[in-house]
Amino acid sequence: MPNGELNWRTAWVGLVSGTALMACLAFSSPTLAADDIDTAGERLFTQCKTCHEVGEGARHKIGPHLDGIIGRAAGSLEGFKYSTAMRLAGETGLVWDEKALDSYLEKPRDFIRGNRMSYRGMSDPEDRAVLIEWLAAASVSQPGGPVGSDDAAASGPASSFADIVLALEGDPDYGEYLAGECVTCHQASGHADGIPSIVGLPKDYFVTALFEYKTNVRRNEVMKLRVANLANEEIAALAAYFSGLEPQ
Amino acid sequence: MTYINRRHFGLLVGAASATLAMPAYLRAQDKPKVVVIGGGAGGATAARYIAKDSEGAIDVTLIDDSEQFTTCFFSNLYLGGYRDFGSITHSYDKLQSDYGITKVTGMAVAVDRDARLVQMADGSTIPYDRLVVSPGIDLIWDSVAGYSEEASQIAPHAWKAGPQTQLLKEKLDGIGDGQQIVMVAPPNPYRCPPGPYERVSMMAHVLKTKGVDAKIIILDPKEKFSKQGLFEEGWETYYPGMVEWYGPTVHGGIESVDVASGTVETGIDTFRGDLLNIIPAQKAGAIAAEAGLTDGSGFCPIDAASMRSTEDENIFVIGDASIAGAMPKSGFSANSQAKVAAMNIRGDLIGSKVFPARYSNTCWSLIETDDGVKVGAQYAPQDGAIASTSSFISQTGEDAATRKATYEESIGWYAGITADMFG
Repeated sequence: MPNGELNWRTAWVGLVSGTALMACLAFSSPTLAADDIDTAGERLFTQCKTCHEVGEGARHKIGPHLDGIIGRAAGSLEGFKYSTAMRLAGETGLVWDEKALDSYLEKPRDFIRGNRMSYRGMSDPEDRAVLIEWLAAASVSQPGGPVGSDDAAASGPASSFADIVLALEGDPDYGEYLAGECVTCHQASGHADGIPSIVGLPKDYFVTALFEYKTNVRRNEVMKLRVANLANEEIAALAAYFSGLEPQ
Repeated sequence: MTYINRRHFGLLVGAASATLAMPAYLRAQDKPKVVVIGGGAGGATAARYIAKDSEGAIDVTLIDDSEQFTTCFFSNLYLGGYRDFGSITHSYDKLQSDYGITKVTGMAVAVDRDARLVQMADGSTIPYDRLVVSPGIDLIWDSVAGYSEEASQIAPHAWKAGPQTQLLKEKLDGIGDGQQIVMVAPPNPYRCPPGPYERVSMMAHVLKTKGVDAKIIILDPKEKFSKQGLFEEGWETYYPGMVEWYGPTVHGGIESVDVASGTVETGIDTFRGDLLNIIPAQKAGAIAAEAGLTDGSGFCPIDAASMRSTEDENIFVIGDASIAGAMPKSGFSANSQAKVAAMNIRGDLIGSKVFPARYSNTCWSLIETDDGVKVGAQYAPQDGAIASTSSFISQTGEDAATRKATYEESIGWYAGITADMFG
């Protein structure tokens, strides 16, 4: 059975490339002037600086340096020994864009299970936005590349995740078995009495919706729990199965 | 069909010596046979999934002693006045007409595991290649001294849905000002962990709605209970001063009940109720023990990867009767386990693919109108037992919109699971 970590294998990619526009909009903190970002960001960074450096000549300490973090693949710096969880996250596609950093900083333990950063999390979304903006400004290297570019944003949230999953060949028999977990609530007939029908949904819509439960864009604890337990191959199998059903 | 018929049929095959040349209706009798005992969330689901997914390649017989099935889940909402009795009662018609399942209305009283025969109360026998045992729970009447099946006509348990549920509703509706309801809650393990406390919420809702000034006392043999924080918060909010819960350290142990005088004797006091709702300890439905499938706990050990009985490879035990590790005894769990068993049975009999077992559960409870809460988990086989791999629970202090959405979700789930059970 795939574990939660593997489920994220390619989800990262969609998260990063697809949400870039959203991230730019959400994290530009229009209420704070540049000077304020400087002050507030530096103050917030005091929570990080025991372990992390940023800016000119930044080195690894207890944690890796953070210079040029925005747009960098997770767990990818030379000379730092990452946890397996962090390294795997990067190898399977997690790139630190603003949105990913925001989710990570909110609850580091939850975002990447098994990573070693001993920080409980920053609960205030404004603080996180300020810190992330400050980190970008304080950096001297810019490995970010395409993040935030119009090309990446154009495809819309999570669409590349959908593409990746849709490229997988779902086993229809497996899809039917897995669907057993869905139809306890979502009626196989397509009837809906308080829980939406998922019968006949186009594959890309289906996959994108599941991804959005995974990333808390859509919020439902039951769905989050079920989806966290689904590998991409399984999501592909389910999408294939449900898209082929006709409402009765 | 009886075992004798099957033997005669074997002779016939020998004589004909060319199976494929036989008329289709005769060939059909050569199909592998699955018998399912119990037509609830476990049994009905298993029967339907085996019939549906084998596309007629497996002959499925469903045995239940009722013509119709009343779900235990949502029976509290009937008590609370949110559902009528008809809406929680379901027929087996579609399982027969749309899925070709043979429904036998009767009581299975024994299993001859060597001959692979189910013995019915009327003396008939039903042969099987694989047997699904999903009888739910039986009550251990004397776990509360003084309680009995007869006493349950005065002090209903209502822990098996049906006439008992209606009796409890009738008695609840008769409660007036200054009167008191006493519930004796069951010890672990029991069917539907949040059930007693949702029931208290529903009883309180009825009293409050009618403006009846009455009290509900819960005498619990457990020190804590499912969704305790959520229920206690709800009782405090909606039913202040109406509900009192006493654990064993407070009541000193539940000693006996006298339904005639309406009293429950505990270690420190006597509690008097105008309505007693006694929910005794529970064990697997009688057929499970009769078939030798239970262990010392009164429930049935199973292989966590398949729901196959550890006592007999031809038998699967699902639902409340099974020892399903971390999974609660719930309709949702039984439905989930049924799909794993059904898949393994198809694998056994017609060689269809068997995938790794996946189990899940969610239990919704209603505290007051539009205030629903839920608890859920994913499960997987680990070291021979079904273990929880991740879980969630509603939080105290959630906003009204969240609670309303949770309640509406539960309505959707009810429609979904009953369609999944009965077609």
